[in-house]
Amino acid sequence: MNVTVAQDRIEATGAPSRGRKLVVIGNGMAGCRAVEEILARDGTRFDVTIFGAEPRVNYNRIMLSPVLAGEKTFEEIVINGQDWYDDNEIQLISGDPVVGIDRAQKHVVTRSGRIENYDTLLIATGSDPFIIPVPGKDLDGVFTFRDLDDVDKMLAAAEMGGSAVVIGGGLLGLEAAHGLSLRGMDVTVIHLMPTLMERQLDEAAGYLLKAELESRGQTILTSANTKEIVGKDGKVSAVLLEDGTEVPADIVVMAAGIRPSTGLAKEAGLDVERGILVDDHMVTSDPDVLAVGECVQHRGLCYGLVAPLWEMCRSLADYATDSPTGYGGSVTSTKLKVSGIDLFSAGDFSGGDDAEDIVLRDASRGVYKRVVVKDNRIVGAVLYGDTADGNWYFDLLRKQEDVSDIREALIFGQAFASGGAALDPSAAVASLSEDAEICGCNGVSKGQVVACIDGGAHSLDAVRSTCKASASCGSCTGLVESLLALTLGADAVDSGPKTMCKCTSFTHDDVRGLIVEKELKVIPQVMQELHWTTPDGCSSCRPALNYYLLCAWPGEYVDDEKSRFVNERLHANIQKDGTYSVVPRMWGGVTSPKELRAIADVVEKYEARMVKVTGGQRLDIFGIRKEDLPHVWGDLNAAGMVSGHAYGKALRTVKTCVGSEWCRFGTQDSTGLGIQIEKMTWGSYMPHKFKIAVSGCPRNCAEATIKDFGVVCVDSGYELHVGGNGGIHVRATDLLCKVETEKEAMDVCAGFIQLYREDARYLERTAPWVERKGLDWLKAALFEDPQTVKTLAARFRYSQKFWQDDPWEKRAGGHNEKLHQHLAEVRPLALEKA
Amino acid sequence: MPKINDVGTWLDIGPATQIDPGTARTIPVQGGDEIAVFHTMRGEFYALVNKCPHKQGPLSEGIIHGDSVSCPLHNWRISLRSGEAQGDDVGCTPTIPMKVDGGRLFLLREAVIPAPKAA
Ligand SMILES: Cc1cc2nc3c(=O)[nH]c(=O)nc-3n(C[C@H](O)[C@H](O)[C@H](O)COP(=O)(O)OP(=O)(O)OC[C@H]3O[C@@H](n4cnc5c(N)ncnc54)[C@H](O)[C@@H]3O)c2cc1C
Ligand code: SF4
Ligand code: FES
Repeated sequence: MNVTVAQDRIEATGAPSRGRKLVVIGNGMAGCRAVEEILARDGTRFDVTIFGAEPRVNYNRIMLSPVLAGEKTFEEIVINGQDWYDDNEIQLISGDPVVGIDRAQKHVVTRSGRIENYDTLLIATGSDPFIIPVPGKDLDGVFTFRDLDDVDKMLAAAEMGGSAVVIGGGLLGLEAAHGLSLRGMDVTVIHLMPTLMERQLDEAAGYLLKAELESRGQTILTSANTKEIVGKDGKVSAVLLEDGTEVPADIVVMAAGIRPSTGLAKEAGLDVERGILVDDHMVTSDPDVLAVGECVQHRGLCYGLVAPLWEMCRSLADYATDSPTGYGGSVTSTKLKVSGIDLFSAGDFSGGDDAEDIVLRDASRGVYKRVVVKDNRIVGAVLYGDTADGNWYFDLLRKQEDVSDIREALIFGQAFASGGAALDPSAAVASLSEDAEICGCNGVSKGQVVACIDGGAHSLDAVRSTCKASASCGSCTGLVESLLALTLGADAVDSGPKTMCKCTSFTHDDVRGLIVEKELKVIPQVMQELHWTTPDGCSSCRPALNYYLLCAWPGEYVDDEKSRFVNERLHANIQKDGTYSVVPRMWGGVTSPKELRAIADVVEKYEARMVKVTGGQRLDIFGIRKEDLPHVWGDLNAAGMVSGHAYGKALRTVKTCVGSEWCRFGTQDSTGLGIQIEKMTWGSYMPHKFKIAVSGCPRNCAEATIKDFGVVCVDSGYELHVGGNGGIHVRATDLLCKVETEKEAMDVCAGFIQLYREDARYLERTAPWVERKGLDWLKAALFEDPQTVKTLAARFRYSQKFWQDDPWEKRAGGHNEKLHQHLAEVRPLALEKA
Repeated sequence: MPKINDVGTWLDIGPATQIDPGTARTIPVQGGDEIAVFHTMRGEFYALVNKCPHKQGPLSEGIIHGDSVSCPLHNWRISLRSGEAQGDDVGCTPTIPMKVDGGRLFLLREAVIPAPKAA
């Protein structure tokens, strides 16, 4: 930019000089604070002029959110009124932005042509809102949220009511959404990431926040990518998402992020990366030019919160008044200023190898706390629902204090952790009075729990079933365990049935029961309500929870792909070399020339390395690369073939023999029945893989008596067998019952499967399940009440409405394409030339 | 798919939004090892050679939890930070230093690209 502007110059006059001339560009939070700090150290050193683009005095930008929400007025958020400038003889030139810096001449030029000389220049231009480059971004009704003008515009628009879409579910977006919704608008938040405020919160806290905002009437769309802002007559009318959803909108607020405002500095030739580069004294690459605030980059970091700016301003003032101290970077903490929502996040809560997570979930109070400790020091904290101890944790974090002494009690907060004798939780439990409440859900006192233990309940489970303590939400499990240990001595306690995994104190059965009882519908909710001790579970509980939810809430639960084993994510079987094998369904083991031709073509076209007949009478195509899978499926689909689920904890195959249609011994149409059963059961997910077979007579050529469910046709009808297994522990089936018609056989099959789906533990096959529960139990569960089979079968068929679709079809059509594509490719130059 | 021929210190491998939290994506390297880039549920990014120290399982296809990944072949748990096998297992996968800047992902070039053979 050429700084000698063509228009008439207005030469600055200014007050009689007191000393060196300090010019500040930016009348915002950092600019004015820096001046305040300098004045506090030495009021005579500088002659100060501040330029501000906005036509107003210095105000508290953070408080724009409460202004939007109607909780504050502009007057209430002014930090320094006109009298401050007057009293300190500061010249404020507002509403006239600086458009150029001439470092050689040491002066700045404003839009109106005013020129101001400086000895020292301070750049504090803050940042600019990031406008996502979608079509329609310039339409009337698209706002940003940065200064008072933006707020005024939003308020004027909100007067008319209607609906608002906020793009961005971070701190700023949520505050905008809150304000607009208090002003009576219908608000939808569109957030690119799967959880809100993902930079500050972990998944669990993000989930709680989303639930709270939804209960207040906002619509929150996560994993939602804006494609276009749709307009009518030049004005916003809707927002179109990548997936085709259209959200009606009278106004759109872009709150998708900020960018350091570095234009001026760049043009003036200062060193700029993401922000203006400064050293520990806030000096830029030009020793006469300082910079501070959101526009700078210090030791690789740019900050978007005020606390670091205060620290920067102190160091800047120290330097400017010749007593340099130096700024070493900041650890930041965040709070969401939405009334009634307590949320705090600080430091690095992403854990690490040697870091340890301490998680406390109190579902009844809606509290989630997570403190990350590394080398006996707090490195991060996320608090939701109860943030009273936020500052205390933050203080420990910043001072890097050793917390090993209070480690055990740390998560309970300052009051508890600092409380002398209460330091050791078991000592704390020991010191509780007899009538202190242990289990809030069931109203059980310490005395009652101890009496129950003395009465012979020597395990957690025994206590749960005797006096009910810890039998409901489970949050007092730790206390009950301490009481067991105190009463019996630590070694005498039975460990009881195994918990689901290390992330929880509940067993599989407890978790399943509680999911239904408490109507838990998504994984983070289960983890919160059942007090998971890890932030996002592990590779053993996540797939199990995904299955339990999918089984409990058919038609409602949205499958969580990232909690699935790779086979079920890619709908193919991973093999030892990292390639995949693909098995199309062949109903009842029957195929046709067209299908065989399609398979043969696929084998050639994708250079599969082997085709093999499986034990379940299907053809398995080996050696397919992840990238080729969608095309393979597309070709097989085109020939009418669907996924055989040979990779899943799901119904695999229904093996048949030829039966009465061809065989001289056949008594019934085993092939036909097998096909019918497969058409009824395919696509259903199970606790483990599930195989069925139908044999046409007791010669049992389909080996029905080593299957999870087997049908052996006899003259008078059908013998139904269950719990067989041909795997490591070969187990022949138990005869469950005999029925007369195909229809009955199908109903019992559906009923049995549903009982297994609803009762067995994840990864428990029918053989161990039947052995664990006993055949008598099984028979009683199915047949004691003649209605049971019917209701179970109805539940099975209902859930099949949602799951009986071919996963390949969607993938071949481009769904989740990313999973099959590389992110990028690296071809080194040297190699390329060779 | 971007092809990368950057000569600087950092290789730009595209926008961070291309990897959903809780998932990983791969980058084949001509003449070198395939790389897996992980995005954890808490929003951190890590890059590792896409080979399990046990029997070279493709770690990119494992279930990601906390800051580790469970190998899809035999369920070894590998730390995304250090590449070390966790628990009782022993072994280590090379890590690739990376950074996120301005919403884009960068890998340290020298850790990705095999040293050119003297001509
Ligand atoms: C709605 C909202 C809520 C927020 N809530 C919080 C919160 O709760 N906690 C928190 O810590 N932070 C919060 N922030 C962020 C915080 O406000 C900023 O970190 C802080 O204001 C940055 O200070 P700054 O001086 O660098 O920039 P600013 O305060 O933005 O000041 C920069 C000033 O420079 C002016 N300017 C720019 N270019 C020129 C030019 N060429 N000539 C003259 N003047 C120019 C601008 O007009 C502006 O007034 C919030 C921000 C917003 C917008
Ligand atoms: S099981 Fe009986 S009906 Fe079926 S093929 Fe064998 S002998 Fe024939
Ligand atoms: S190859 Fe990874 S666990 Fe065996």
